[in-house]
Amino acid sequence: MKPPGNRAGNAAFALLAVALAAFAATWLDAAVSRDRAAARTAANRELVAALELTDLCLFTEARYTRHPSQADLHTAFQDHPRALEHFPSGSLLPPPAILTEHHGRLGR
Amino acid sequence: MAAWVAKQRYLIDYTVASLLRRKGKNLGLLVVYTLLIFMLASVMLFSHAVRREAAQLLEGAPEVVVQRMVAGRHDLVPGDYLEKMGRIRGVQAQRGRLWGYYYDPVVFANYTFMVPVAEAPQAGHIAIGEGIARARRAGPGDVISFRSYSGRLFELTVDKVLPAESEIVSADLVLLSESDFRAFFGIAPNLYTDISLRVANPKEVRKVAQKIADELPDARPILREEILRTYESIFSWREGIVLVLLAGAILAFAILAWEKAAGLSAEEKREIGILKAIGWETSDVIKMKFWEGALISLAAFLLGYAAAYLHIFRFSAAFLEPVLKGWSVLYPHFDLAPSIDGLQVATLFFFTVFPYTVATIVPIWRAAITDPDAVMRA
Repeated sequence: MKPPGNRAGNAAFALLAVALAAFAATWLDAAVSRDRAAARTAANRELVAALELTDLCLFTEARYTRHPSQADLHTAFQDHPRALEHFPSGSLLPPPAILTEHHGRLGR
Repeated sequence: MAAWVAKQRYLIDYTVASLLRRKGKNLGLLVVYTLLIFMLASVMLFSHAVRREAAQLLEGAPEVVVQRMVAGRHDLVPGDYLEKMGRIRGVQAQRGRLWGYYYDPVVFANYTFMVPVAEAPQAGHIAIGEGIARARRAGPGDVISFRSYSGRLFELTVDKVLPAESEIVSADLVLLSESDFRAFFGIAPNLYTDISLRVANPKEVRKVAQKIADELPDARPILREEILRTYESIFSWREGIVLVLLAGAILAFAILAWEKAAGLSAEEKREIGILKAIGWETSDVIKMKFWEGALISLAAFLLGYAAAYLHIFRFSAAFLEPVLKGWSVLYPHFDLAPSIDGLQVATLFFFTVFPYTVATIVPIWRAAITDPDAVMRA
């Protein structure tokens, strides 16, 4: 039996083909843009080295979210010993690794 | 093989026609499903790209930063610590860093004041980050006034604005001369915020940090590898909002899948009954429903993922901005270098497409193995 010319499946295949092409295009775009972004990254790395920066400027709302790697050992209780975290970005940032790994150094 | 392909195509034709009969419901499902994947993929792509960017940029960070702790808080480091650290074997260079925070009541923003290692501006002059230039609407030649903590007003001329492409590290920076910094914050000449060390041999970094901790018990060395580790875990799936988002999405998805798996509508049952009555085999019905699940979930995955990619890397993660911004007034505008983690994409695919397809098949299998007459009468 000859299939009908106007098949419903063809439309679905066309949609999937478009979606698949868009998916493939993201990988292609990532590869092309990465090369273009390399110069910007290199320039920024030089700036980091020249200014001796230690952190990314992602969250400027509190000192321990602006410089999470430099946060002091009592960051979560910075205002008073029972103060809870109250800055929104505190819920995005984990405590710095050094705070969770070296319990023995809390005395310092 | 050709016969098999032809059969699958007929099944797909039938599936699509069947989906189109319940156009509203299935279109709604596709939209919600696509949005769910868009949200998850956006967070995933953003966090991976930020982590990668951080790892690349912070390779230039000092090997060791030494802070001084007093009563559990940072304190200024006396200048003689520089000399003591210089005597430690393995330390190639040591420098007292001067930096601090300033809250600007004019625009309600926090700035980072810093004295650069080299090419510091002259006294009375500053270089500012693009974020500050935007917030204060200032450019080269403009004068910005800051009231110091002693109450004195400092008028500083903007020499230059740091490049906009560097906002991810410099949006809130105010670079000024050492004399201005000390006068502004009232810091005595022989005190520093912290000390940065260069260590010639990377293998000796830990040893050097150990020696510092032994010789200066109030010093707290922070290694570059610790800085990098801090950013490796940023936006990690275990943390805060990502977990909430993920949990919410997974719950929503579980409800969706449960709704599918828990039972079929009377219309769907009747459809299966009719198909079986006219001679379809149980395996054909299951295959047809497999294609239904696969078509919807695959289309949702591909479209949701591609939209998330555009959102993060072409529209600067606009939907995530309110979450990331929090209470910050200064928020850097930055473009992340696109980077895709294949394993992450595969994980997302497995946890979204696979369960939905299975959830579609299970109830159909239950309905398809029962007697057509009973199914139609149910």
